[in-house]
Amino acid sequence: LKLYCLSGHPTLPCNVLKFKSTTIMLDCGLDMTSTLNFLPLPLVQSPRLSKLPGWVLKDGSTFLDKELKECSGHVFVDSVPEFCLPETELLDLSTVDVILISNYHCMMALPYITEYTGFTGTVYATEPTVQIGRLLMEELVNSIERVPKAQSASMWKNKEVQRLLPTPLKDAVEVSMWRKCYTMPEVNAALSKIQLVGYSQKIELFGAVQVTPLSSGYALGSSNWIIQSHYEKVSYVSGSSLLTTHPQPMDQASLKNSDVLILTGLTQIPTANPDGMVGEFCSNLAMTVRNGGNVLVPCYPSGVIYDLLECLYQYIDSAGLSNVPFYFISPVANSSLEFSQIFAEWLCHNKQTKVYLPEPPFPHAELIQTNKLKHYPSIHGDFSNDFKQPCVVFTGHPSLRFGDVVHFMELWGKSSLNTVIFTEPDFSYLDALAPYQPLAMKCVYCPIDTRLNFIQVSKLLKEVQPLHVVCPEQYTQPPPTQSHRTDLMVDCQPPPMSYRRAEVLTLPYKRRYEKIEIMPDLADSLVPLEIKPGISLATVSAVLHTKDNKHVLQLPPKPPQPPASKKRKRVSDDVPECKPLKPLLSGSIPVDQFVQTLEKHGFSDVKVEDTAKGHIVLLQEAETLIQIEEDSTHIICDNDEPLRVKLRDLVLKFLQKF
Amino acid sequence: MPEIKVTPLGAGQDVGRSCILVSIAGKNVMLDCGMHMGYNDDRRFPDFSYITQNGRLTDFLDCVIISHFHLDHCGALPYFSEMVGYDGPIYMTHPTKAICPILLEDYRKITVDKKGETNFFTSQMIKDCMKKVVAVHLHQTVQVDEELEIKAYYAGHVLGAAMFQIKVGCESVVYTGDYNMTPDRHLGAAWIDKCRPDLLISESTYATTIRDSKRCRERDFLKKVHETVERGGKVLIPVFALGRAQELCILLETFWERMNLKAPIYFSTGLTEKANHYYKLFITWTNQKIRKTFVQRNMFEFKHIKAFDRAFADNPGPMVVFATPGMLHAGQSLQIFRKWAGNEKNMVIMPGYCVQGTVGHKILSGQRKLEMEGRQILEVKMQVEYMSFSAHADAKGIMQLIRQAEPRNVLLVHGEAKKMEFLKQKIEQEFHVSCYMPANGETTTIFTNPSIPVDISLGLLKRETTIGLVPDVKKPKLMHGTLIMKDNSFRLVSPEQALKELGLAEHQLRFTCRVHIQDPRKEHETVLRVYNHLKGVLKDYSVQHLPDGSITVESILIQATAHSEDQGTKVLLVSWTYQDEELGSYLTSLLKKGLPQSTA
Repeated sequence: LKLYCLSGHPTLPCNVLKFKSTTIMLDCGLDMTSTLNFLPLPLVQSPRLSKLPGWVLKDGSTFLDKELKECSGHVFVDSVPEFCLPETELLDLSTVDVILISNYHCMMALPYITEYTGFTGTVYATEPTVQIGRLLMEELVNSIERVPKAQSASMWKNKEVQRLLPTPLKDAVEVSMWRKCYTMPEVNAALSKIQLVGYSQKIELFGAVQVTPLSSGYALGSSNWIIQSHYEKVSYVSGSSLLTTHPQPMDQASLKNSDVLILTGLTQIPTANPDGMVGEFCSNLAMTVRNGGNVLVPCYPSGVIYDLLECLYQYIDSAGLSNVPFYFISPVANSSLEFSQIFAEWLCHNKQTKVYLPEPPFPHAELIQTNKLKHYPSIHGDFSNDFKQPCVVFTGHPSLRFGDVVHFMELWGKSSLNTVIFTEPDFSYLDALAPYQPLAMKCVYCPIDTRLNFIQVSKLLKEVQPLHVVCPEQYTQPPPTQSHRTDLMVDCQPPPMSYRRAEVLTLPYKRRYEKIEIMPDLADSLVPLEIKPGISLATVSAVLHTKDNKHVLQLPPKPPQPPASKKRKRVSDDVPECKPLKPLLSGSIPVDQFVQTLEKHGFSDVKVEDTAKGHIVLLQEAETLIQIEEDSTHIICDNDEPLRVKLRDLVLKFLQKF
Repeated sequence: MPEIKVTPLGAGQDVGRSCILVSIAGKNVMLDCGMHMGYNDDRRFPDFSYITQNGRLTDFLDCVIISHFHLDHCGALPYFSEMVGYDGPIYMTHPTKAICPILLEDYRKITVDKKGETNFFTSQMIKDCMKKVVAVHLHQTVQVDEELEIKAYYAGHVLGAAMFQIKVGCESVVYTGDYNMTPDRHLGAAWIDKCRPDLLISESTYATTIRDSKRCRERDFLKKVHETVERGGKVLIPVFALGRAQELCILLETFWERMNLKAPIYFSTGLTEKANHYYKLFITWTNQKIRKTFVQRNMFEFKHIKAFDRAFADNPGPMVVFATPGMLHAGQSLQIFRKWAGNEKNMVIMPGYCVQGTVGHKILSGQRKLEMEGRQILEVKMQVEYMSFSAHADAKGIMQLIRQAEPRNVLLVHGEAKKMEFLKQKIEQEFHVSCYMPANGETTTIFTNPSIPVDISLGLLKRETTIGLVPDVKKPKLMHGTLIMKDNSFRLVSPEQALKELGLAEHQLRFTCRVHIQDPRKEHETVLRVYNHLKGVLKDYSVQHLPDGSITVESILIQATAHSEDQGTKVLLVSWTYQDEELGSYLTSLLKKGLPQSTA
């Protein structure tokens, strides 16, 4: 049982588990924080961005000024943004049999794995995960491809050069692993390798391992996974939530009795309470709009946005915002809103009940119907005609490096009336804002991360009691900025095993049994003997067949009858065919009774001598000596086979066979 | 021998009132709980007193499974759970759970409000009944209790229809409910994996039919509607709210779009409109094509089809109206029919099966003068057409499903006895499995022969698999172990481990045989001759000559001593334990024959 850790990002994991001859990749997270080192991709030519000065080294050399630009004291790469891929060298990824996806945020690296490593296996994910994951990928590809960038910077990546750069570029890790975004054909090819699964569906892998997705409560279709054989159970907990938002609640009970629990995807903002953040979000939004300003909400096209729209639905009338237009701009905005309404089976109980009425589960249907919420594929086209200010705009990407959000940052950044509200927790908002500085617009940080916090984790672990916990190293120490908060780490007994990028862990477990099937005719032939009250034994001599990792015991074939007309045989024909196995014996032989039995069977000259450890029984005429001790019997005789066999059988009568 | 017992309380050699009892490995499961459209007395519901005479149904049944929302599969459910009394779990898919109570309420209204029956289940009972329902996902393994698990497969037929696998240990039954093996305009085809159940219980509505291609029937339907509308006639299509109605709406909608027709299409309000909502919200249960394109164009948002108002029936000019119910036995469809029946330009198209006694059945069997309430005679001049759009598998489809699932036995329900007989023979011929077709109340017993799963210690298994690294088919390796049976656990361990676990000591039984050999040579030369002889004969065994002058064959020890009296005779002491009995015995007899007269 081995765990290969391919990603160092605790919420965008990518691990490979070797379990009973199967190689299972757990999630395919793509670390996009690398894009923060790049300049934003503006949809509309931005004079400000294009006039940024090139970066000059301390010694005055300017050879990097085409690749690196300076903005308010920060240095950015002027190139197509790149992402940090999971390790691809730690093990041969073409040997991966299956990939299990836990939620749509954790599959963004999938095309890099399935299309570039010789992967030939199957990917398992739930239907909402696949559909929404596709939308996220589409949006990503679209927002990068529609702003073609002439240059692709690579000089700065040279190790010698990188050393000379200012932070954070100097400290950026694995820059050689950074890659440009994939294309739609690659996305389609990757998604075509996915097989859809439902919660609590048992999926057999090669007869050896069974995997099962369980509801994790974090997002539509999000799952934790159980990977088990008959005797070992590994739980993979990734991105789970105990809060009641729109998804089906987390299934905790099925995680019980795990030998190993791999814990990833905890909240990135352990100190913030999501409910409080939503409240702050609403009040900041209302205040800005009332003062005549616009609100920009950088967000993903699915997930928390559904909850925010639902809160606003309840809030706008009471806050007097009924006339303020809400715009949702994304190439997949329409699809996301439509898809959210058709996954009734994956929703929390309240929303499911609405579908039974039948009503759409999310109230954004009504917001759209009443024209309060409008959605557009991009700022071009219809949107420019309908656009009214003040307004609220939901758009991506949360990194502020690409997508329509770049345009609004440029447009609204200069006015202090406007507000940008950060709700997605994946990116540091200060880093995200850096290339837009100096900025007059207000910035509000209301990160909403519904994933498990450390208090919930310790409660969960107490509840499900895994034998061992494995987690990213970040969870085994307090956050670097709050080193005194020892409560912000995973606390369990025995202490968790931690991993970091490019590490291989050997997971502790000991397997002692395996499942085997006894065929009915063999079972019928067994003769059980009660040895102790309630315990019966039967000796089994059978033929073992193993196919597809399943073991079956069958009756041994009957020896073929020797042909009637016996030809003269050579000596060697008689050599016993397969090594016959006789049962073990147990018990002891009471001398007196044994002697009686001998006499009954016609031995008249039996003599018994006592020895230090037992007795010697002598059959004088037959020149035979039987040494009987507590745990052994030794028959010493002439080569008189009928006699020996007779004595053997008399001895066996007193012993139990195993 | 373990057995599975099946007793249909309804749908045994019959269509309607589906209700099948299954006993498997000590668990009792009831499949469907339907009503019979052909009866208005006690016979409309299954006879639940058959299940248990005295005692509560809840104690006897482990669970109830409903395959889909058609009333002949769920119509007796509130009666069963609330009036007879059952508090255990009822399983169905999400769409079934959503739609089922609406149809039950509709059924209740017609029975109580229109026909004035009393002693029928109430609205509250429907609600209370639905509280006992547990919704299941497709392919989800639902653990009913520690041993009993069920799993739903897609069945086509209607929205949310499912086939169910019922499994206890290694024994399993699959119940198909109603299914369709060919995708239609809005639903996909039924699918099941090669789950090899002990028994497959299949519907057999179209046991003898091999239906012509769906395209032909659709073309025929469109042609008839088109012709009628062209000559200014009105078309009435009586439908049940959910199922065929949606398929035919999609068909007409696309045809109207393509042909740019202007005649209005209406559907009667209420149920059907609501039904379309269900299709929109449960779009993941429809077919691939609709699911793929629903964002751009939701197939259940119809442009040409509008809600019907009863005043429209008197409008002049052509129109097409979908109206409920489907058998013309009551309600709006019957009202419209009475208005339009007198005009030969008009047409009524019956898209499904009609039960005896209904107006639908009468006109389909050619009756043209109908006696209505108040002795009024209605003369039918309009054209009457029948077109089967029921989504059941035909004979080909049923055979295909059997091929997919590979059951060890097949049992037919939900069909007519004569037709079943024909299909039964066909199944037995083609698949060489037993096929049963019990009547209502008749019990079929199927013997299963499950293998027994036990835990084998890894040590023993590894020992065996490493010995037999190169498997030899001709010489299968015997494995020897001890099965420990304690409480309900079965463990197979090595004999040594079994002794150890039980705290018993091994008793060693050893034999030492004196074999006399005539050989005047010196002892060590004799030993060498013995060694060479054995080496020559026992090619597959490890024969060793040890430095202390003894020989071993595997673990059997041979030593030579001179005879105390006769120098020309050597005594070979052959010593082995009981575990080597066979080889030891063989060696003594081999040596007794003497050594070959070698020249060496």
